[in-house]
Amino acid sequence: MNNTNLIQDDTTPVELNQVELTETVGNIYADDAKMTIRGANVFYGEKQAIHNVSLDIAKNQVTALIGPSGCGKSTFLRCLNRMNDTIDICRITGELMLDNENIYDKKLDPVLLRARVGMVFQKPNPFPKSIYDNVAYGARIHGLTNNKAELDEIVETSLQKAGLFNEVKDRLNDPGTGLSGGQQQRLCIARTIAVSPEVILMDEPASALDPIATAIIEELIDELKEKYTIAIVTHSMQQAARVSQHTAYFHMGKLVEMGKTEDIFTRPSHKLTENYITGRFG
Amino acid sequence: MTNSKDNSTVSNTMSKTSLSTTEKVSLSLKKRHQKEKRFKSIGLFAVLFGFMLVVVLIGDITSKALPAFHQHWVKLDVNYQSDWLKIDDVSEETLKKANYRTVLKKSVYQMFSTPSDKKLSRKDKRELFKLFSTNAEFTIKDNLIASPEHFNTQTSVWVRLDDDVDSYLKEGFAQGEAGLRIKEQQAQWLVKLSTEQRIESRFNFSFFTASDSREPELAGIRGALMGTVLTMFVTLLLSFPLGVAGALYLEEFAPKNRITDIIEININNLAAVPSIVFGLLGLAVIINVFGLPRSAPLVGGIVLTLMTLPTIIIASRAAIKAVPPSIREAALGLGASKMQVTFSHVLPQAMPGIITGAIIGVAQALGETAPLLMIGMVAFIVDVPTSVVDSATVLPVQIFLWADSPERAFLAKTSAAILVLLSLLLVINVTATVLRSKFEKK
Repeated sequence: MNNTNLIQDDTTPVELNQVELTETVGNIYADDAKMTIRGANVFYGEKQAIHNVSLDIAKNQVTALIGPSGCGKSTFLRCLNRMNDTIDICRITGELMLDNENIYDKKLDPVLLRARVGMVFQKPNPFPKSIYDNVAYGARIHGLTNNKAELDEIVETSLQKAGLFNEVKDRLNDPGTGLSGGQQQRLCIARTIAVSPEVILMDEPASALDPIATAIIEELIDELKEKYTIAIVTHSMQQAARVSQHTAYFHMGKLVEMGKTEDIFTRPSHKLTENYITGRFG
Repeated sequence: MTNSKDNSTVSNTMSKTSLSTTEKVSLSLKKRHQKEKRFKSIGLFAVLFGFMLVVVLIGDITSKALPAFHQHWVKLDVNYQSDWLKIDDVSEETLKKANYRTVLKKSVYQMFSTPSDKKLSRKDKRELFKLFSTNAEFTIKDNLIASPEHFNTQTSVWVRLDDDVDSYLKEGFAQGEAGLRIKEQQAQWLVKLSTEQRIESRFNFSFFTASDSREPELAGIRGALMGTVLTMFVTLLLSFPLGVAGALYLEEFAPKNRITDIIEININNLAAVPSIVFGLLGLAVIINVFGLPRSAPLVGGIVLTLMTLPTIIIASRAAIKAVPPSIREAALGLGASKMQVTFSHVLPQAMPGIITGAIIGVAQALGETAPLLMIGMVAFIVDVPTSVVDSATVLPVQIFLWADSPERAFLAKTSAAILVLLSLLLVINVTATVLRSKFEKK
């Protein structure tokens, strides 16, 4: 009852959607940017999914992308390591830079890019192989080492960084698919770390997990930012508030507001952001 | 608030006049359960009916095939006299050229011209000689070459009986009774032979070791079996890699546009093309244009590949499509190239489905006759093929040829050949199941 009242005496969701978005409010700039995106547009065929988004992803910090379902935050995240290349009808314009290098440059091989910008997906998706092979796969395909001892070392440190080593050290040859959901997701993170990427993109990494597994993942994200730059898409505003230093709020394919996480959650400047983070819609 | 009160009173009055939900559901429940029961019994009937047909089919074929697995032999007292053989020494050369036909004839006449028997007339001699396989002459030849010490002595040699006699003995006629193609006089002679314990039924090894023959008692399955194995080898060797490569390209690499749509429609249509059309294509292009030999397993294999490819491609594409996209994304996200994603993740996951498709394709090809008739694999071939360019025939064609033959003994041979074909199919299916479970475990 309480919720309905709130909507009724304020703007309704329908009215909210009609709010004209002209430009992003807040601060899109970071002092030390790992990735800089300027004027990115994404089209699926005729339909435009992302409209003129510009933002920085700060080095060794966590940037959270939040917003209601279908706002384009996942689409945007997948542009950052060219995962959208696999969709034939997807077209991307604008400048997307990683360390001052345009990642959509024709000369840049997406394979190399994805080795530098790793990704963790919404649903844990370990390969139907052993735990060891799951982690070793990336190192193997990139030829990071051709030495068994070094590979063992990579697997062990990656699993340790992902906080999984102690749980699985006695069964590295068991299939990765036999682990619990939370363990599988940490295995996926270990698999990503094993390639030593510079940036890790996480697409709602905890949405399929229970609160305890989520807490472990969040703690892990906090530790990982020491070494890696992280961009995370999340549906949970609490999670964004807990793990990130910067937050970007997306709405209908547009970047509405961006800023320091504490600013966004304590004094949002845009009406839409305020409505979303106070739980009025979304 | 008043509004909701009104609502509750309305629903109260409603429940008094009409039935409650529980009552309504329980009323329809009986009908629903009946429907389910009816459907279950129809399904059970369908399964049992199918099973019964299979049992009848296999039972019928097996009972008809059993006589083909044993054969009657007769012990003859062969007299290797030098004047009958028309040779004087036992050197290898002369033994090969000797006249064994005369030895066989005279030895047999001698056996049946003992004083108690009446004198054999010309007609009797002809009838008597018909009791033995045409191969008997070669059996006694081989016997003498193997042991030349029997020269100018009398010895016992086991030879095959003629197929008509064999069939007569297997069909269980009363002693001395005339049978189909067996006259009373011949039946009497057979009684004499069996009372002297000269007739014996043996396992028919030559059915598996010999090739086709005009004489049913000599005809075997080996030539056709080898032909089938060679043809299937060529078919599998060509259609499996081509089919899988085609399916992988279409699913993983090809852009989705009008051209790939047209290709897809054409592949689906190709699967429905009558197989004899592929045979015509093989004759017109592979034999006449490319000049490959006729009746060869190589050509048969190529033609059957054309026929099998669409099946394999369609099944493989379905299997590849069923691989969860999350696996592809995971590998791509790690920086695997498309090739690495395809070969280390998609293909192993799709393998069980691909193998199923390949087996369905090969099983179809295994039973195919029509296209092979067009490329000359229907010829009567006595030599066992040893390479893919030798003239050969295949099991289904052999079955077709034997089923067409007038001799009674070929009836059993036909059924036995069908059994061999079915066993081959079983072997292939078991292999596929083992392979599939191996891939699924990984």
